[in-house]
Amino acid sequence: MVLVKGRAVVQDSWQHLEDGDPLPASGPVTISWARWTAERDMISRAPAELGIRIPNTVTTAEIGAEAAKFGLIAVHFPNFSDGRAFSQARVLRDRYGFTGEIRATGGVLRDQLLFMQRCGIDAFEMPERALEENWLAAFDEFDVFYQPAEDNRPWVARQRLGRN
Amino acid sequence: MYRYDEFDRRFLEERTAQYRDQVRRRLIGQLSEEEFRPLRLRNGLYLQLHAYMYRIAIPYGTLSPAQLRMLAHIARKYDKGYGHFTTRQNMQFNWIKLDETPDIMADLASVEMHSIQTSGNCIRNTTSDPFAGVTADEIEDPRPWCEIIRQWSTLHPEFSWLPRKFKIAVSASEKDRAAVHIHDIGLYIVKNDAGEVGFQVLVGGGLGRTPIMGKVLREFLPKKDLLSYLEAALRIYNEYGRRDNIYKARIKILVQALGIDKMREEVEAEWAQMDHTPLDLSDQTIAAIYEHFAPPAYPAPDAQGEATLATAIAADAKFARWVKHNTHPHKQPGYAIATVSLKPLGKPPGDITAEQLDLLAELSERYGFGEVRVTHEQNVVFPDIPRGALPVFYAEIAAAGMGTANIGLASDIIACPGLDYCSLANARSIPVAEKLGEHLAAREEEIGPMKIKISGCINACGHHHVGHIGILGVDKNGEEFYQITVGGSADEQSAVGTIVGRAVPSDEVNSAVDKLLDVYVKHRSDGEDLPATYRRIGAEPFKEAVYGAR
Repeated sequence: MVLVKGRAVVQDSWQHLEDGDPLPASGPVTISWARWTAERDMISRAPAELGIRIPNTVTTAEIGAEAAKFGLIAVHFPNFSDGRAFSQARVLRDRYGFTGEIRATGGVLRDQLLFMQRCGIDAFEMPERALEENWLAAFDEFDVFYQPAEDNRPWVARQRLGRN
Repeated sequence: MYRYDEFDRRFLEERTAQYRDQVRRRLIGQLSEEEFRPLRLRNGLYLQLHAYMYRIAIPYGTLSPAQLRMLAHIARKYDKGYGHFTTRQNMQFNWIKLDETPDIMADLASVEMHSIQTSGNCIRNTTSDPFAGVTADEIEDPRPWCEIIRQWSTLHPEFSWLPRKFKIAVSASEKDRAAVHIHDIGLYIVKNDAGEVGFQVLVGGGLGRTPIMGKVLREFLPKKDLLSYLEAALRIYNEYGRRDNIYKARIKILVQALGIDKMREEVEAEWAQMDHTPLDLSDQTIAAIYEHFAPPAYPAPDAQGEATLATAIAADAKFARWVKHNTHPHKQPGYAIATVSLKPLGKPPGDITAEQLDLLAELSERYGFGEVRVTHEQNVVFPDIPRGALPVFYAEIAAAGMGTANIGLASDIIACPGLDYCSLANARSIPVAEKLGEHLAAREEEIGPMKIKISGCINACGHHHVGHIGILGVDKNGEEFYQITVGGSADEQSAVGTIVGRAVPSDEVNSAVDKLLDVYVKHRSDGEDLPATYRRIGAEPFKEAVYGAR
């Protein structure tokens, strides 16, 4: 797997802890949703910068209220046809004003990158083979959009009124 | 009708280029079939029994002459010279080659057409009343709202990977000609007590394995709120709809599990928390879409028109019959809504040849205002024919094999493609429809309005559950059998039909249907259709007629 962020393959600066792993004193780490809900009080006191990996069955109301505690929220696509995390990401951005990284994990197709980006996902964990020639074009295949979304691209109904 | 602007045109060019590249990547092996499948499906391409099937969107059924001619061109160049109109107002071609599909898509784009979201677990083509804009009994033209929904739902970033497909229909008449109750979301345009026009929102209708009629989610939704409310409903579905079982993934199952009151609570709570502002429809935006659907400037009808029509009716019994069954009152005096039947006796329902498509294009220019509508009952409506021109119009379509006078009658059968084409089917639909139509034609005048619907499997593309008489193909140890239902209805009185008994072999379908019709004819009181008689007398007399007393 490689990590794509800001239209480039980047090094992952986060350490992803298994549920039994001790919390390090520093450095950004992600923990699972299950661990967070079980050890919330203890983990909150730890000094490390925190990220969380949420299953796509967690409601946005559950995670939303605490979203500001995290620098990264990893949303999960168990396979590419399961689109629940599109809604999770969008609500985190739109309703809860989450400004940290939202990372897509699991089954991510190159051809879904633009949908994901529009929903507010800004980092993508992808199989290396998905990065075939001209894969970056996936973000630019369209410049006409029929809905407002989290990416603030101009959209048609407003453009028709002469606004951006 | 709606005409593309620079944005729509550019968008379609971009989509075509994207798809062309996806096909290229598939052909050189960069995309596996598993990865390519959802991409091709979202562009209307299925892999069927013998070849690829390509489903083209006809938004709310409306076609221009240029579009009709393009469909004829596609039929000739890429298929076997004919196409098939579906129960969702779309067109399907059944003999398509994968490597030619990008070119077909480019051809379609040149006439402002596409195949986007005609398949896949996303928001499908929005359907409507084929008489929209020309019928006297509507509150307001529903087509602008279909177009607003079409645009909003096109490549929606959040709702393109739903648990299952999602179908929306809009109707604005007391008489429901759009089967609104069997859609995931159904919208009736209504007036509230204050005289404002808005929507009654239904949710959770659908056929398939679990036929359920839509329930009222909201009695009145102001126009400006349509899109934000739809987003709230879709979000609840996307988050909570089941994904573990394809047969339990439609929104109807979620509504059934939660109950309509809880569903309403969830949607309303979501809606209350959303920022509506970006999606609010301004009067200006609504008006700009409405402009596309402004009625034509109807010239005063020919003073001799009524006399010409009366003379022709008196002189030609076949024509008289066609006028009686295939025309409908128009809101403009001197004009008629004419329906061209694609159910000639002994032919597959909804099929049309390239030559017939070309002819319809020409006739729509000559006698109408350059527009036709495909119906979910698989026929073609000409919305604006001057009454005096009906005789010549009829002569032209009759000469091309499209003059069957059976709209709304027993031989106007809906049927899915069935096992002749479809990889999902358990049994054939087309031959059963052909034989039954031929068999019933002789007595259909006596029977009167009758809706017979045939599906080749439980997915119910032929809407058999809501046929006055429904026929479902089933497989029993490799043999085709047909299960018959009675009393279903797709109109404003919508109901799911009742199974009358064990499935029968194909050669007994005609006689079983005959017996059901005998019961109806014997028991009906004045003006009652079959579902009304059924509601009054119950299932027993029908069961007894087919299977004998118990």
